[in-house]
Amino acid sequence: MFLVAIISLLIGMILVLVRLFFGPTVYDRVLAVNAFGTHTVLFIGVLGFLTGRPDFLDIALLYALINFVGTITILKFFKYRVIGDPQRDIEERSG
Amino acid sequence: MQNLNFLFDIISWTLLLAGSFFIIIGSFGIYRFPEFWSRLQASSVIDSLGLYLILLGLGVQSGFTFVTVKLIIIGLFLFLTGPTSTHALANAAFISGLRPEEKLETN
Repeated sequence: MFLVAIISLLIGMILVLVRLFFGPTVYDRVLAVNAFGTHTVLFIGVLGFLTGRPDFLDIALLYALINFVGTITILKFFKYRVIGDPQRDIEERSG
Repeated sequence: MQNLNFLFDIISWTLLLAGSFFIIIGSFGIYRFPEFWSRLQASSVIDSLGLYLILLGLGVQSGFTFVTVKLIIIGLFLFLTGPTSTHALANAAFISGLRPEEKLETN
């Protein structure tokens, strides 16, 4: 039964990758990356259950954390053109 | 005790099936919808229904062990950060001038 979940996750990943490739705006691509991350979290979890190794769930949790931080960082970069250089931020805003 | 396990298996199988069904629906929506804002709505199908049904199915499969606690932690974390990332994405897209164009279907 886990095989059905894995196959559907793979199909979902392919569809999202196609959107990642064709996405006209950059935010479509960020959306596709975010969805792909969610698929990967589930894929690792189901794979852990399929191979009978419950410690895969730690990896899945870690990947969920990284996926969230990555999405927010990309969005911050596209919005402010700088990720986090406080000194330059202050100069830009005050200069 | 035997049919209790069988019952748990059936429950987890139906949950897993429903979860994978919604994942395919959500991903197909992301691929097929015409513009960004409707794709954003389609991606929420994956983040909410597909994700939690599969996590629930795995949780039923593993019973009351430490594994289920890990699954609950994953679910809780994604419950908190899913909407946040979607809001940040929509906000960034809206500020950058991406507006949902109104298609007036006057037929």
